[in-house]
Amino acid sequence: MSRPAQLRRGPKWLLGANATLVYLFFYAPIALLVLYSFSDDNLVGRWGGFTLDWYRAFGQNDEVQGALSVSIRVAILSTLISVVLGTMAALSLERYRFRGSRIFDALLYLPIIVPDVTMAVMMLLFFTQFLNVLDAVFGIQMTKGFTTVTLSHIAFSISFVSIVVRARLAGMSADLEEAAQDLYASRWQAFRFVTLPLITPGVVGGALLALTLSLDDVVITQFVSGPGSTTLPVYVFGLIRRGVSPLINAVSVIMLAISIVLVVASLVVQRARGGEPA
Amino acid sequence: MADAVAAVEIRGVTKRFDEVVAVDDVDLTIADGEFFAMLGPSGCGKTTTLRMIAGLEFPTQGSLRIFGEEVGTLPPNKRPVNTVFQNYALFPHMTVLDNVSFGLRMSGVNKTEARQRAGEMIELVQLDGMAARKPNQLSGGQQQRVALARALVNKPKVLLLDEPLGALDLKLRQEMQTELKSLQRELGVSFVFVTHDQEEALTMSDRIAVMDQGKLLQVGSAEDLYARPASRFVADFIGQTNLIEATVADNNTIVLQNGQRLRAPSPHAAGTAVAMSLRPETIQVGARGSVPAVHEATSLEGVISSASYLGHSMVYEVSIDWIDLEVRTPMVLSEERFAPGSEVAVWWDRRSDWLVAE
Repeated sequence: MSRPAQLRRGPKWLLGANATLVYLFFYAPIALLVLYSFSDDNLVGRWGGFTLDWYRAFGQNDEVQGALSVSIRVAILSTLISVVLGTMAALSLERYRFRGSRIFDALLYLPIIVPDVTMAVMMLLFFTQFLNVLDAVFGIQMTKGFTTVTLSHIAFSISFVSIVVRARLAGMSADLEEAAQDLYASRWQAFRFVTLPLITPGVVGGALLALTLSLDDVVITQFVSGPGSTTLPVYVFGLIRRGVSPLINAVSVIMLAISIVLVVASLVVQRARGGEPA
Repeated sequence: MADAVAAVEIRGVTKRFDEVVAVDDVDLTIADGEFFAMLGPSGCGKTTTLRMIAGLEFPTQGSLRIFGEEVGTLPPNKRPVNTVFQNYALFPHMTVLDNVSFGLRMSGVNKTEARQRAGEMIELVQLDGMAARKPNQLSGGQQQRVALARALVNKPKVLLLDEPLGALDLKLRQEMQTELKSLQRELGVSFVFVTHDQEEALTMSDRIAVMDQGKLLQVGSAEDLYARPASRFVADFIGQTNLIEATVADNNTIVLQNGQRLRAPSPHAAGTAVAMSLRPETIQVGARGSVPAVHEATSLEGVISSASYLGHSMVYEVSIDWIDLEVRTPMVLSEERFAPGSEVAVWWDRRSDWLVAE
């Protein structure tokens, strides 16, 4: 009996071992993190029996709660705004040719290749100057804080949203919008009933990306945040420098859980979508 | 019909895309209830003209009226026309029923009535039972019918069709040709139909406009275009023809390039360079010396260079000094057949040739 498509024993075993190693490499740290977040010991990496104290501490610690709240508000606000702006940028670049559209195109993607640290320094410089001007010209006194953090998150999210939405738009024939208009739809209706339902997976994907980027960001946020606008990742980063407590483990597990919920939610939303003019 | 308002009236319309002139100073009138084809090679401006009627492009200059109303820069959703797009452009996220009722919903018809009328139209195009399907669950021919239903359900005053049969295979295409034609008769709506397939245009249309390089060359019935082409391009584009270069000698005679004179009444002035269009099926072949006396002045001598048997006819390639003529004679058993190399004469009835000057 010859089965040419079947791998021989040796390679098959190696392949299995490789897969196991890769998954181990991916998930062992996560498993460890989750495990030690339930450890009743003041040292981060030592098992001292099961406890929920760290999660309790998370719930009672006002600083952590504050940081979490800032993180969520920044993420939601910056996602909403960057999704709208990024989708609009994608639509204009994909559907229209206008003067300077190619330059706009190139500039739009710059934030993706600029290193985080560079971006952070640029933002810091910009906001410092901008706030000075605001004070000098309009007499408005503003300090770095929630607004500046949100603005910088919007700034780096737009490019990502627009890339994802454009990929979706590129696969959609412009005929469809013309057909809608030919069937008495106004431009808005054509967008609402034809374009938007078809690019929704792209928009949701872009939003998810923006949300994740915003929740994750440490470097840029740290540069442009001020008192009272510390986000959760920045707070965690600060904790590490001050001396580690297993509270970090609990906080990290919660952030991980939020990310997983987001991914699952987006998949559900994309599946449940049907389209029909209301 | 003469004093009725034209369905579409195009006057001096030009469309430029940057430096490219896509449609060049076109005048065209399409009557109400007419099956009108726009025919030409790709890039001739026929689709651009159609898109201007639909409102998907705006003319650079000129006037465009639909039933007397100037619509030049009116957006597509404000025009009483609907389009069947080349690749159907069905909305992939909607069912057949939602696709077909889309236009009605957008023009403010309530949901129940829109669905009912869409349902009737779906039956009319014989797609009963398909209403709940998505476009990607339909065959090409069925998608074509949905596109047709989606446009017709709105009762457009003019239906525009952009190469609607291009994506179908031959057999389906012929079926749809007949169906489109009878649908048009039934509804009495003007159909304006863009195609590059001359046979399609000839079989379906009341009148045909031939376009090339943005210019409108000739408008007429299939017979007008075939028997009385206005230019070399039309003569060559519609059906097959032999074009023989010549110069007008007087109003009854032309001189060929080898000096031979042929009888051909001509409205053109002496000295005008013309081409004589001779359809292959109007030419007869016979042995030299067998030319009937009445056709003596419309005959040439040559040698058969190839002969092919097509069942219902014989196709000869006859080489005459400087040109080759294609001759197609119906297969009559008694008639003599010629082998390559035979020295023959060809002649034609003087009413079957046609001179074109352009």
